[in-house]
Amino acid sequence: MAERATKEQTGQAPAEDIWVKCPGCREIAFRKEVERNLNVCGKCGHHFRVTVAQRLAITVDRGSWREMFAELAIGDPLGFVDSRPYPIRLEQARKQSGRNDAAVTGLAAIGERPVALGLMDFEFMGGSMGVVVGEKLARLFEHALKRRLPVVVFSASGGARMQEGALSLMQMAKVSSAIARLRDARLPYISVLCDPTTGGVAASFAMLGDLNIAEPGALIGFAGRRVIEQTTNQQLPEGFQRAEFLLAHGMLDAIVPRPQMRDTLARLLADLIARRPRALRR
Amino acid sequence: MAAKARNHKERHADPVSHRGAAQSPAAPSAIERVRLARNPARPQTLDYVNYLFKDFFEIHGDRRYGDDGAIVAGLAHLGRTPVAIVGQQRGRSTAERIRRNFGKPHPEGYRKAARVYELADRFGLPLITFIDTQGAEPGVGAEERGQAEAIAHNLEAMVRLGVPVVACVIGEGGSGGALALGVANTVLIQENACYSVITPEGCAAILWREATEENVTRAAEVLKLSAPDLLALGVVDEIVTEPEGGAHTAPEQAAHTLGNAIRRHLERLMKLAPAELRRARERKFAAMGSAFLVSRRVENGESIS
Ligand SMILES: [Zn+2]
Repeated sequence: MAERATKEQTGQAPAEDIWVKCPGCREIAFRKEVERNLNVCGKCGHHFRVTVAQRLAITVDRGSWREMFAELAIGDPLGFVDSRPYPIRLEQARKQSGRNDAAVTGLAAIGERPVALGLMDFEFMGGSMGVVVGEKLARLFEHALKRRLPVVVFSASGGARMQEGALSLMQMAKVSSAIARLRDARLPYISVLCDPTTGGVAASFAMLGDLNIAEPGALIGFAGRRVIEQTTNQQLPEGFQRAEFLLAHGMLDAIVPRPQMRDTLARLLADLIARRPRALRR
Repeated sequence: MAAKARNHKERHADPVSHRGAAQSPAAPSAIERVRLARNPARPQTLDYVNYLFKDFFEIHGDRRYGDDGAIVAGLAHLGRTPVAIVGQQRGRSTAERIRRNFGKPHPEGYRKAARVYELADRFGLPLITFIDTQGAEPGVGAEERGQAEAIAHNLEAMVRLGVPVVACVIGEGGSGGALALGVANTVLIQENACYSVITPEGCAAILWREATEENVTRAAEVLKLSAPDLLALGVVDEIVTEPEGGAHTAPEQAAHTLGNAIRRHLERLMKLAPAELRRARERKFAAMGSAFLVSRRVENGESIS
């Protein structure tokens, strides 16, 4: 699940280095230049992971972001202890990130279109979904329903958070239930699947968009590669569980490169809201 | 499959399924419960179908790709009430276990389930599900055919249902692959069944690098996957007692007790209107874990743009 993914995965531009090696083409690039290019490799187009702050900066209209539900935090429902108690693990992640948990929710404008926006923070315990992530997203969908706003969620998560046990599993149902209500009200929900989106997050809200779009090269799937290899002894095909693989198998609506994401979202939001005949609005 | 064996009378007084009775000192440990839940002799979905229902008509296939043996679905009668049934089936003989992929459904299994959910909704049939899986199949084909999407779709489909839904966790309830049958008005769990976000083996491998017996035992403990723990967390609604030694020691008695609990809840739920049933389900899952939320100030927020 989530914890391990953080350690295994590569592709995060390390903050301290001046130079960064691209995992796509193995070229060494000047970090500042990669950052100026929205953290996309200028040579091969590899999409480096971005932080929540970077994502907001490149996605929403300047000055439009208003965070909501930031104060929501979890206690220790299970009294979970592995090598360290869960509260200590949490406290460390909170200190590093300056936030309470692995999802950020709020209101923003994208191309002057108001949206309810959710973003997952992969750096916070592998973006794992526990009660707070589920609750924040469910509240975001409820708020969007009340205010008649479209919803956009950027996912990046290793799945459910083990340390909250079955309660984290139940968040899949909690968020899906809120999405059902939004859908009934004919309000659009665009899911953007970023690297990586796996496990319980893929198997719930990330795959439930009216449109499911992904960043190039994003790892997307239900089961982890290691689990599949170990339990089935199957040879994994080339590009397995990458966005392009899912697109080829009919599981994604589109792959949108990061430089086009903002404009694409603005355009899709405009289409899905404006073309709804007046008679259908409630 | 187990033959209908109604000939010998129920010998025991029916132990009323109880709400979180205090654990006796002899209560099995978490890992002992996991072993009981996985016991090959433990009654499975089709056993309960045989014991509790009449005139089972099995519905096959997802009308998209294939018929998944890991999920059985169909129509049946519970007393005089026509109902829809969906459950995982692990299989017992080697041949059956292979045919049923050890109860680990592929996407087509979940899509078959979804088809029966929608059928139940359209014709006002109460839905009863039996959860008994280590988890959804992790494999190349499953990924290619959209395992994540299939499960996600079922979560939303179950929330929407305007009919009573009772889910029974009868063995191992493994992660999203179990929850795709679990978004119910009432979730019953048998005393020695479990329900978890990850198997103890998977958890041990991640936390302590190795799924040794000692680590797996620890993992089962910390995951709080046993029925009494799940009841305390609010994940399940009621614990259904099992015969002394586990459901496999007296399957018919186990079925009898489970059947009584199902009927009792259905009777209550069948008095509710379709919109009320959906609303009740929404409220139930909206509240999952809320009791453990706290308010904690954050300094920076995201004041970036
Ligand atoms: Zn490159």
